[in-house]
Amino acid sequence: MQILQLKETVAFMRYRKVAVVFSLLLMAASVVSLATNKLNFGLDFTGGTLIEVGFEQSADLTKVRAIMDSNGFDDAVVQLYGSSRDVVIRLATREDVKAEMLGNQVLDVLQAGTGQTIDMRRIEFVGASVGDELAEQGGLAMLTALICILVYVAFRFEWRFALGSVIALFHDVLLTLGLFSVLQLEFDLTVLAAILAVIGYSLNDTIVVSDRIRENFRKIRVGTPEDVINISLTQTLSRTIITSITTLLVLAALFFKGGALIHGFATALLLGVFVGTYSSVYVASSVALALGISKEDLIPEVIEKEGADQEEMRP
Amino acid sequence: MLNKYPLWKTLMVLFIVAFGALYASPNLYGEDPAVQISGLRGIETNAATLDLVKSHLDEKKISYASIVMEGGQILARFRDTEQQLRARDLLDESIGDEYSVALNLTPATPAWLASVGGTPMKLGLDLSGGVSFLMEVNMKEAIIKAQESLVDDFRTGLRGEKIRYRSVKKVDDAIAVQFRNLEDLENAETFLEKQNQNLIFVSDEANLTLSAKMTEQRLKETREYALQQNITIIRNRVNELGVAEPLVQRQGQKHIVIELPGVQDTAKAKEILNATATIEFRLVDTDGDLGAALNGRVPGSSQLLKERNGQPVLLKKRVMLTGDHIVDAGSSFDEYSRPQVNITLDSAGGSKMSNGTKNSIGKPMATVFIEYKPTDRVDSEGNTVFEKVEEVISVATIQARLGKTFRITGAGSQAEAHNLALLLRAGALIAPIQIVEERTVGPTLGAENVQLGFQAIMMGFGLVFLFMLIYYRAFGVVANLALGANLVLIIGVMSMIPGATLTLPGMAGIVLTVGMAVDANVLIFERIREEIREGKSIQQSIHQGYDAAFSTIIDANITTLIAALILFAVGTGPIKGFAVTLSIGIITSMFTAVIGTRTIVNAVWGGKRLDKLSI
Repeated sequence: MQILQLKETVAFMRYRKVAVVFSLLLMAASVVSLATNKLNFGLDFTGGTLIEVGFEQSADLTKVRAIMDSNGFDDAVVQLYGSSRDVVIRLATREDVKAEMLGNQVLDVLQAGTGQTIDMRRIEFVGASVGDELAEQGGLAMLTALICILVYVAFRFEWRFALGSVIALFHDVLLTLGLFSVLQLEFDLTVLAAILAVIGYSLNDTIVVSDRIRENFRKIRVGTPEDVINISLTQTLSRTIITSITTLLVLAALFFKGGALIHGFATALLLGVFVGTYSSVYVASSVALALGISKEDLIPEVIEKEGADQEEMRP
Repeated sequence: MLNKYPLWKTLMVLFIVAFGALYASPNLYGEDPAVQISGLRGIETNAATLDLVKSHLDEKKISYASIVMEGGQILARFRDTEQQLRARDLLDESIGDEYSVALNLTPATPAWLASVGGTPMKLGLDLSGGVSFLMEVNMKEAIIKAQESLVDDFRTGLRGEKIRYRSVKKVDDAIAVQFRNLEDLENAETFLEKQNQNLIFVSDEANLTLSAKMTEQRLKETREYALQQNITIIRNRVNELGVAEPLVQRQGQKHIVIELPGVQDTAKAKEILNATATIEFRLVDTDGDLGAALNGRVPGSSQLLKERNGQPVLLKKRVMLTGDHIVDAGSSFDEYSRPQVNITLDSAGGSKMSNGTKNSIGKPMATVFIEYKPTDRVDSEGNTVFEKVEEVISVATIQARLGKTFRITGAGSQAEAHNLALLLRAGALIAPIQIVEERTVGPTLGAENVQLGFQAIMMGFGLVFLFMLIYYRAFGVVANLALGANLVLIIGVMSMIPGATLTLPGMAGIVLTVGMAVDANVLIFERIREEIREGKSIQQSIHQGYDAAFSTIIDANITTLIAALILFAVGTGPIKGFAVTLSIGIITSMFTAVIGTRTIVNAVWGGKRLDKLSI
């Protein structure tokens, strides 16, 4: 089977100015949204208490809210979680009540108020100071990852590609964060993990394309750098699409089957795979081209077969 | 001949996959309900305890599947949870305070598999249910305490050297000593500088003050020490809880993670973790009549306590020294190679000890371990009532006047001395700890998470399987075989690595790996198609396809691996869980997707004359 059979080279790079404008607009929109809407940080970052309970029958949220309200928990956010019988209740950190006791108190109040047997599914309490440290750690992780990748790609390829792929990664992370901000989806630790996975995925894509560009620069002796990039993108397009499809398939499985706890993770990756696929075609290559990548940069002085040092592992 | 692998290479691939499958297989067997009996406070379970447990169970006719000693613990397996619960209740009552009895689920791995090291994957709390705490050590307090003890040190030191001073005070983060004249200041500076290598001294001759600050190094050591100390305390307390497979681990600079799988009563867990335990040194009342005391006639100034072996001891009520003066404790051997415990006190403690033992040389001194244990009773305000438990852990004869450092002999074995040192350290809580994070996952949610994760993996796997089959036909089958082998290898490796824990995000990592693992095959197959389109022979195309895609696959995967490893290094909780499976998945998928598929392709299509390829 063949999804698309391209007889001719697609002139991807002809539209790169449009793509650049498009990307810049989206990035600006993300920044604006992050600045105004902020991220809807989950418990991991904000601190507070989260209680997930399971009701015997469908839960009446209005009633649950009223019960919470009349028992002094007027700041409680009550939501369904996954199914109509699972309810999640969020409370801000309080000064007066010992946070560790809060979970049991809420459970008692609900049990008394509804007359139903309520099953405690999950209680999480996070102190306010923990979140800052996590945010710092997460940011640090992302920065370290980007720098290491920059070094590796610069070493294996060329600095223009390295810069291109890191800009592409930055682009992907920013857009994914932007989408989370616009849609006000909850941003918790699993989402952070997902964003770091987006880095991995998008990088995978970018490297495959860069690899082909490098190969073609050596093989094809005629044509402008733009032509070479177009040829390379066309050749790898089918692979790019197929891999995106298989990844999207499993992510869809995770999104629909994985349960509420993993929902944010799946959403972030779904968005990230779309953005990452686009960026490997347009962002990374456009940057390398704009930086003036040329044949001379990629033809090695010593003619050596790529991956010769890995001969032993060769299949 | 093109595309032929030597036999050894094929066998090696088969061997690796079979090896992975062997170590993945324990996950298929499920778990047996069990009861775990472990000794508390340095007591170890032995063959006698094993017999005791057996006789108790036999007496009540509780049938068990097996009872074995494992790593100093006794593990009794049962056929059903009903027998397990009955056994737990029975043993809890009958076996005594020295042991903790905990419910456990033990892998039902067959003996032959367990003997080659086969164990199932460890499940994280989000999958097994239980409670996790994140505790923060109050470092500010720890530093303040250390500075206060320096103030004491300075005072005693200067007094000992007969250097006169006006005052020693803690001012902000420094210790300021005020003198009457320049000579004293200079003498003091020389003396104190020699005594304290890791302090920075600044003298202000105009105001006749000398101030000392801790160096960065010293501050770091103090913090590090406070953290280690608290971990030791918490470990001891967690042991008291009788939880099977608890985890106490440091996290970062000032946090301690505690995971208690299967614990539902979080209130009790918290009380015990927050409870205080301490040590006291008291003289043995050698004048009092032990026999009379046993009959209820205890002298007013004394108290009757018991040693760990049940032996009664009559102690003076007056406390010579409390445990909060202990700065450090360690175990070693004396000149007759008997185990001993070396104790270091702060200077206030040192002078107390010195005064207390001055007139008691040759007399026995007892070390008392005091603990506040929660009971089942509740007071009028709904708080649990704590019970003070006192126990004599050692009685030793005072050989000489004791000072800041001294030793206790009389510990039975090296292990006991080690434990005593541990307890002594644990008795003195250096810095307060506080729960900053708590997560409880109910057992039903845990089981549900396992099920959901498993379903997601299977569904994702099925979809990719189908897609590859339709898109690449015969080669799709090859890719799918590799994908299956990859899944088996991931599970095998996860089960083999002792520290790896499967969490829900970890399952997501496996799902993602399944999606991305086929990428290598897509790269190879697309290359082969390209080569065929360019008119190369089939064998040539296969060879070229694998060859050309190889360096791309390496580059792409290594960069992803870098990202995953960084996640693992800096991440915590869900991030780490995800990074583990992703890293393992990347490595195993490179093997299965490149070498694995090549082996099959070579075996099926290699070395033949082909006109068409099902790709």
